[in-house]
Amino acid sequence: MTSPTATPTSTGTAGTSVLEIRDLHVTVGEGDEAKEILRGVDLTVRGGETHAIMGPNGSGKSTLAYSIAGHPKYTITGGTVTLDGEDVLTMTVDERARAGLFLAMQYPVEVPGVSVSNFLRTAATAITGEAPKLRTWVKDVRTEMEALEMDSVFAERNVNEGFSGGEKKRHEILQMRLLKPRIAILDETDSGLDVDALRVVSEGVNRAKADSPVGVLLITHYTRILRYIKPDYVHVFVNGRIVEEGGSELADKLENEGYAAYVKDSKETAKA
Amino acid sequence: MSASDDQTTLTTDTAALAGELFAPGVGAQAGPPTTPAAGTGTAGDVSPGAHSHGGPAPTGSPAERFTSTDPDAFAVPTGREEEWRFTPMRRVRQLLNGAPSDAHLRWDTDLPEGVELTSVEADDPLLKGLPEPVDRLAALTRQRSNGAAVVRIATEAVLDRPVTLGLSGTGSQDVVWGQLVVEVGAFAKATVVLDHSGLAKYAGTVSFLIGDGAQLTVVSVQDWAAGTVHGTQFDAVVGRDATLKQVVVTLGGDLVRLVSNVQYAGPGGSVDLFGLYFADETQHQEHRLWVDHATPHCRSNVVYKGALQGENARTVWIGDVRIRPAAIGTDTYELNRNLVLTDGARADSVPNLEIETGEIIGAGHASATGRFDDEQLFYLCSRGIDAETARRLVVRGFFADVVQHIGVPALQERLMTAIERRLGALPELDEQPVEVA
Ligand SMILES: Nc1ncnc2c1ncn2[C@@H]1O[C@H](COP(=O)(O)OP(=O)(O)OP(=O)(O)O)[C@@H](O)[C@H]1O
Ligand SMILES: [Mg+2]
Repeated sequence: MTSPTATPTSTGTAGTSVLEIRDLHVTVGEGDEAKEILRGVDLTVRGGETHAIMGPNGSGKSTLAYSIAGHPKYTITGGTVTLDGEDVLTMTVDERARAGLFLAMQYPVEVPGVSVSNFLRTAATAITGEAPKLRTWVKDVRTEMEALEMDSVFAERNVNEGFSGGEKKRHEILQMRLLKPRIAILDETDSGLDVDALRVVSEGVNRAKADSPVGVLLITHYTRILRYIKPDYVHVFVNGRIVEEGGSELADKLENEGYAAYVKDSKETAKA
Repeated sequence: MSASDDQTTLTTDTAALAGELFAPGVGAQAGPPTTPAAGTGTAGDVSPGAHSHGGPAPTGSPAERFTSTDPDAFAVPTGREEEWRFTPMRRVRQLLNGAPSDAHLRWDTDLPEGVELTSVEADDPLLKGLPEPVDRLAALTRQRSNGAAVVRIATEAVLDRPVTLGLSGTGSQDVVWGQLVVEVGAFAKATVVLDHSGLAKYAGTVSFLIGDGAQLTVVSVQDWAAGTVHGTQFDAVVGRDATLKQVVVTLGGDLVRLVSNVQYAGPGGSVDLFGLYFADETQHQEHRLWVDHATPHCRSNVVYKGALQGENARTVWIGDVRIRPAAIGTDTYELNRNLVLTDGARADSVPNLEIETGEIIGAGHASATGRFDDEQLFYLCSRGIDAETARRLVVRGFFADVVQHIGVPALQERLMTAIERRLGALPELDEQPVEVA
């Protein structure tokens, strides 16, 4: 996959992108019900880098992913998010995607009556600003579906409808491959995958990395996906913020020791 | 987005459906006048032995539905009667008060080999044996139509293309009283398309007599011009082991009120009733279904989907299913979904299941009325698709699901194009952006 079509098609400055998150505070719920989930997140992801975010259930990892993508359920109460200097937080959801952001969701949504092929073409048209050339497009889709070991019948099925957990995740990575984002956030793409599927999906991400200097923010519970997708940085995420950062050796430490120490620390600082 | 349900009469729990199409908390529907099986809410499932749902507990025998060929056997409707309470009486009086007339729709027919189009006089025995009118309008139609057009499909005929009856209004001020009978011979296989268009005041009755083992697909398209007032009673008598698929598509006209009744003449009958309607601010669209299971081992499945846009757009869906004591082995399900595209529209949805025997395979119903699902829109937008295109995709998908059952590609395409044109006129799209957090 080293064809010229594999270069990033998003607009923007030449060279690699940079996503900068500064002191991000996010709540869910309204009024008295509002609950602060993100409590000051700082993170910089450059094109070509792979960052793993690891943390216990409920620590706010998906909240971070959704907030960057612009899900209406979350309210930003402080901080900034920029992509190549542009303010992401003032963009609509679709503008963020067209600016080069991509979110592979932990729980991809079913869209009845909308076929995968129609959806993919509509999305690609939106991202590149013009309808993809039919012949190369069909070939690109087919090639990538084969690589992800997805049967071609999926193209005619409705988006995520009746897909198994693993099929949904392959479909997310298929979109990443076809839409060629500058920054991709993968929210627990590894969960629900058996060993073969994990390998297939990871190889998809690695092909994307080989094709273009995409920045990857890999959210996960487990280290097993990190054996396939090598992180440059590992961040430990607890209670709505990053509590420790390091290289891939940090993942090994988490594998052996778990989050217990961090969770305890974080509770103490929260009380203080 | 759930803030504007005040136009609805009753809010019920749609949790069981929320994940499927609509955002939670936006359910809105009129409650059925009689309560369905306990605990079923708007989404009910009753299967033998499933006592957690209140089981297959028979709901008792409701009163028989009154039918008559004599219009005067029905009181002149005031709008307070159960069968008229949703209907705008001012508009329907154009039909109810209409004089006898010779006005006709213009017929453009395509009759494949094996199909005969004839007519019979009012006193023909064929008409005497038809299911009787269920309201005054249908009885008036029977009385004033001076006989009936008859489409006969020969026994064992397998048609190479659909029978198409293009029925267009000519703009006459007189009410057209029209009666049609479609007789399908045993083991025949046919598709019949009634394609209504033009401007008319039209009161019709259409009966489908489906022979044993026959397979009939009936499509009725209401693509009327604005100003049209249309009421039809459809009756299907489904023979032993016969199959009926009815697809009703209501797009045009000021008032369209269609009553679809199904009865089974023998065991093994299988019926699918699909419907699609799309009302804007000038329109009232009412679909009333009545499936009467009185013979064993028959099946019925009802799926009606509607969209409403614009102030005062109004739709009504009534789904009555009755499982009589003799109808053991019945399998029935009915579903109505309404997508409210703009404020000020109102969809009434009343499923009603009467179960008089516990020895059935299954009986259930579901009804939900709501706005767009935010999660679906977010998913599409997160792939770069703008909010307006995303909404269009979702509505298109919502309807494509029904249209695909027609099985006539050219017609399917025409209808999807018509629906998309309507979506193009969505007035408030700009005012409903997907919010940025
Ligand atoms: N609408 C809501 N109202 C209140 N709390 C919410 C709401 N949505 C999410 N939360 C809470 O926000 C917290 C963070 O959730 P989030 O999904 O971001 O966690 P996560 O780190 O992705 O967890 P997991 O590992 O299970 O995916 C959780 O405690 C969750 O219960
Ligand atoms: Mg999560």
